[in-house]
Amino acid sequence: MTNTTPLRTVKARRTFLENVIRTLKSAPTSAWFGMIVILIYLIAAVFAPLIAPYGEAEVLGKAYLPSSAEHFLGTDQLGRDIFSRLIYGARNTIGIALLTTLISFFVGGTLGILAALKRGWLDQGVSRVVDAFLAIPVLIFALMMLAVVGKGIGNLILILALLDSTRVFRLARAVALNSAVMDYVEAARLRGEGTGWIVFREIVPNILPPLITEFGLRFCFVFLTIAALSFLGVGIQPPTADWGSMVAENKSLINFPVRTFPYIPAPFYPAGAIALLTVAVNFVVDWFLHKTSGLRDGS
Amino acid sequence: MAVENKRVKGDVLLTITGLKIEGKSEDTWNPIIKGVDLTLKRGEVLGLIGESGAGKSTLGLAGMGFARPGCRFTAGSIVFDGIDLLAASDEEKRALWGSRIAYVAQSASASFNPAHRLMDQVVETATERGIMQRETAEADAIDLFKRLQLPSPDTIGLRFPHQVSGGQLQRAMTAMAMSCRPDMIIFDEPTTALDVTTQVEVLAAMRRIVEEFNTAAIYITHDLAVVAQMAHRIMVLRYGNLVEEADTRKMLKSPTQDYTKSLWAVRALQKPESPSDDIVLDVSHVTASYSNSAKVLDDVTVKIPRGRTVAIVGESGSGKSTLARAITGLLPPSSGTISFNGKPLSAKLADRDKDTLRRIQMIYQSADTALNPRQRVRDIIGRPVEFYLGLKGADRDRRVVELLEAIELNESYIDRLPSEMSGGQKQRISIARALAANPEVIICDEVTSALDQIVQEEILKLLMKLQKDTNVTYLFITHDIATVRAISDEIVVMHKGKVVQQGLKSKVLNPPFPAYTELLLSSVPQMDPDWLTTLLESRKAKA
Repeated sequence: MTNTTPLRTVKARRTFLENVIRTLKSAPTSAWFGMIVILIYLIAAVFAPLIAPYGEAEVLGKAYLPSSAEHFLGTDQLGRDIFSRLIYGARNTIGIALLTTLISFFVGGTLGILAALKRGWLDQGVSRVVDAFLAIPVLIFALMMLAVVGKGIGNLILILALLDSTRVFRLARAVALNSAVMDYVEAARLRGEGTGWIVFREIVPNILPPLITEFGLRFCFVFLTIAALSFLGVGIQPPTADWGSMVAENKSLINFPVRTFPYIPAPFYPAGAIALLTVAVNFVVDWFLHKTSGLRDGS
Repeated sequence: MAVENKRVKGDVLLTITGLKIEGKSEDTWNPIIKGVDLTLKRGEVLGLIGESGAGKSTLGLAGMGFARPGCRFTAGSIVFDGIDLLAASDEEKRALWGSRIAYVAQSASASFNPAHRLMDQVVETATERGIMQRETAEADAIDLFKRLQLPSPDTIGLRFPHQVSGGQLQRAMTAMAMSCRPDMIIFDEPTTALDVTTQVEVLAAMRRIVEEFNTAAIYITHDLAVVAQMAHRIMVLRYGNLVEEADTRKMLKSPTQDYTKSLWAVRALQKPESPSDDIVLDVSHVTASYSNSAKVLDDVTVKIPRGRTVAIVGESGSGKSTLARAITGLLPPSSGTISFNGKPLSAKLADRDKDTLRRIQMIYQSADTALNPRQRVRDIIGRPVEFYLGLKGADRDRRVVELLEAIELNESYIDRLPSEMSGGQKQRISIARALAANPEVIICDEVTSALDQIVQEEILKLLMKLQKDTNVTYLFITHDIATVRAISDEIVVMHKGKVVQQGLKSKVLNPPFPAYTELLLSSVPQMDPDWLTTLLESRKAKA
């Protein structure tokens, strides 16, 4: 708001920042753990070239070296530094997953809210197409599509975003339906407001909490799917580092746990990175859901 | 049914002393009941009245030793027939509930399981507890259905909850409560959700059955006229304190506390009618229906004079809200025309221009759903100012403050969210939003029915003041005759989609009445403990 008004400035009881701090203070340990882990991952992803001791695809010497002062987590089958690749992997895996989730939310969310608001043929049409998509397992569908249009990061993002947007559509439609039947939406229609106003100013603010929660969960699923596709060899292509393909590349080592000290097989590092991020995101999302759904302890 | 009547009228059944209950909100415990004493004798009906938040439901539930989740007992004692309910274990209480203490909730449709037949649910407690065999329980239930005057008592138990009306369901719930012949029943606003004409039947049925079985009852309601028909004694609660307690007749004749007196103030509100021939909105032979079902509006003709208040009264399903939807363009009529200022209105909302939309505004029953919970007052009221009048920034805010002052709130409310205001304040914001458009007609759809009596009166006064200042026309949709009496100039009575009667208030509210108007008017509870008895007798005599 512009404060050029001659009004006595009305004091807001709490500023946005104060609210954020207040909310963070009340966060449980699990949420704090999740937030710190996510923060570390993000820092690793953004500043990868600064943090990583070696290049992403730099071949440094012998393959399958155990961890040492030089190679913190050892080297892989081509003699690349696993620790460096793990850090670059964060950049690729998280970046691609985030982009995919954003696209899927934009497409699925918009269509879902419009379907809930307009009903009729739009709702029926989109819903039935989505039902058809939902009938096919994601992984198989993604494999098929990738086989048709060819491998590549762009194709991967678009295909996963498309598949994921069907699930986002379902949720967005369901929660928007609850909001679209409210009198305030009718009041806006009676006022003569356009669809844009009704969607973004009347409905979206009310359905944001479940959508943000879903965003966190969807992000995990996308990122697991990418890892799975990379493991199968159709996801992110070498030499680009990514956790899924790192597991795949080093999978032969899983039977030789005695190689590195303290006896952790090399594929466990990227797999652990995947698992840790998934758990962290879920902790944060859980807390957020609990917070916004108005659930009280002990009731 | 041979049920042993070992009960003696006059024994004390329930004693509550110095009861304090706290409720948790935002991590702090706040008092809900602040030390209330209550005694209930066998066969006695005690009325608990008060506004929402007075603690009447909490106190009623405490009578059965129950505290809602998030509430706790902090002091006092509750003794039911010698059993200390606060000390009793959950098992002991559970054994009492259903069999010796029963509860009838406000919304029967929400309390019945939609997947089971009525009979299965009515006899459940009696058979589960092993009090009766299934056959005897069913025979007893049919007997209760008869006593409660449910239609076709032999077969109604085979129906599902959605296959009977709201009034019938409420009576079925009373039968369920009665199935074990409890010593005490707690009625929690059992008729609030019902139409007046249905309410009469349900009240009569409940009163009769409670008398027949000499059951003690706590009757919770916010409607003094209703409780006057049911209760021997009345307790008035406010903010968790007892305000006044007296026998019903004494309480009605000479209430001692100001608060008690103010409870029926809205009924004292009167506005003289004033006729006018300047028609602003002319609804002519309008017929409308939802998709292909039966006509909801059937050849409806209503003329609405400028600067006056036209009340549309009728039960639910009479088509009064649908008429509003037809006028606003949400439901285009299948035939007939609606003229506004002499010019025909486009049937569809999308075909109307912005200025026409501005001139007809609407206020809803529930401000909770009518105000976007994520918008602040500044945006709720500011949007129509900006949208229709093109004011921006500081000009817009100045207008919002003017409007806030018009609805008797001050500018400190400008940054509040709806959740930070009371029900009455929220309804005021709804009024301001309508007013912001400088409308000629405001359609008020049951705007006071979700509010407490005192707040109702304030809102009605505000509406009348605004009408005086701006000469706005109100189309006032309501089922509450007291409100109609208070503020209208003209009345339209609707029944099953048709207009039964339209005319000046003095004409419609005075004899001779068409049959339906008479039924409707006579069903409105009066502040007279003998009203129900007299009414039932006169109806019987006529039949």
